[in-house]
Amino acid sequence: MNQIAVKEAPRSLKIRILRHNPHDPGSSPHLQTFELEEAESMTLFIALNEIRQTMDPSLQFDFVCRAGICGSCGMIINGRPGLACRTLTRNLPECITLAPLPAFELIGDLSVNTGKWMRGMSEHLETWVHQRDQDKADIDRLEERMEPDLAEKIYELERCIECGCCIAACGTARMREDFVGAVGLNQITRFRLDPRDERSDADFYSLVGDESGVFGCMTLLGCEDYCPKDLPLAAQIAFLRRRMAATGS
Amino acid sequence: MPKALSAWPARIDLLQSLSGLLLVLFIWAHMFFESSILLGEDAMYQVSRMFEGEPLFGKPYPLLVSAVGITVFVLVAVHAILALRKFPSSSRQYRQLHRHMGAIRHPDTALWYAQVITGFCLFFLVPTHLYTVITQPENIGPYASSDRVWSERFWIVYALLLLTVHVHAAIGVYRLAMKWYAPSGVNATRNRARLKLAMWCILGFFIVLGTASLLTYMRIGYQHADRAGERYVPAALHTEDS
Repeated sequence: MNQIAVKEAPRSLKIRILRHNPHDPGSSPHLQTFELEEAESMTLFIALNEIRQTMDPSLQFDFVCRAGICGSCGMIINGRPGLACRTLTRNLPECITLAPLPAFELIGDLSVNTGKWMRGMSEHLETWVHQRDQDKADIDRLEERMEPDLAEKIYELERCIECGCCIAACGTARMREDFVGAVGLNQITRFRLDPRDERSDADFYSLVGDESGVFGCMTLLGCEDYCPKDLPLAAQIAFLRRRMAATGS
Repeated sequence: MPKALSAWPARIDLLQSLSGLLLVLFIWAHMFFESSILLGEDAMYQVSRMFEGEPLFGKPYPLLVSAVGITVFVLVAVHAILALRKFPSSSRQYRQLHRHMGAIRHPDTALWYAQVITGFCLFFLVPTHLYTVITQPENIGPYASSDRVWSERFWIVYALLLLTVHVHAAIGVYRLAMKWYAPSGVNATRNRARLKLAMWCILGFFIVLGTASLLTYMRIGYQHADRAGERYVPAALHTEDS
């Protein structure tokens, strides 16, 4: 006899959110619990939108792409960093605690200013292609061809969406504010690979050859384990460490 | 664009890893030599005489053991000083770290913290052991060592040392591999899991080996307690005497 599939009753989720508005002098950090019914294939992003639309329009959180590409919705989910849009509620217990990513300036509730941090890191590490006589470059000229294998390697590292999860997962970055983190070190390995960038290893050493750079990394591996894009961060940092150690010593 | 380059950060990082690796290799070799007691008192006697240079010079020179002890002490000191710079250095850093660890419950961060704690314990335990080795090198042998373990109550130090040094060493080797040659490619996750499994197996092996040796020294020390201070004479010499 054919079994009739019986759908289980949807779970009632209790979502506790760390609320705080640093721009409001009367605000103090506190947890607020929202209850909602779990839907099929519900992500945290959908749940948060439902809360904002039906329960509390003042709830602040960021999103743009809803597809794990923009890196805006990074937050702490039950103690661990992750992207709200890529986290299915069915993989979480009924009680879910959300907090903003630490190490970044708090805008309000779950919204943090990762852009400010990333820009500071980018300016510090000069994460752009450096060429001699850059000012005289002919921008109408076609770029030199690149081997597909090399382009693939660069693209693999370029997949970083700068969501900030690696910084939030890194004990070193949490202790030492000047540490550039896996996101910064990954950028350096990316530009080091790029044949259009004319910087030498000595130039890169001057940027990351100290305790705020690659030699500050304590190999805690939180970056590798919580990167939502599964970037090979540990291998990249190990490679950079070997190159920089050979350059510096 | 480039700042003035300092080679020191690179050198210090290399030296910390290299000193740690040398110390791990030393402690693992040390475990095999000290556990020779499991093969019998004669075997341990031969090993201790070997390290005093008897096979090479015709008679034992305990000072050679002191020299090795001093070398190890210097290596430990260098490694400790370099590792200290990675310890949290303020109450704010400790607070941040504990809050982070409590929330994230990340296994590899916990492994590093286990190294911080065992490393701190080793600041006290290693000098205690090395002081005896350096100042009394002649008192290493089946009876002399067993008397120290049992009659002088050194088994407490050695039990703590056994646990802390092997936890520190096994985690250290795994982290050293990840630090300099983290697996890459499609099998990176599988290879990292294998590295970690190897770490636990090595740790288990040396804890079992060390515990068996320590218990043997304790048994011999207990049986020899009423004659503590007497030195071991190999069975072959007994036969020659009689």
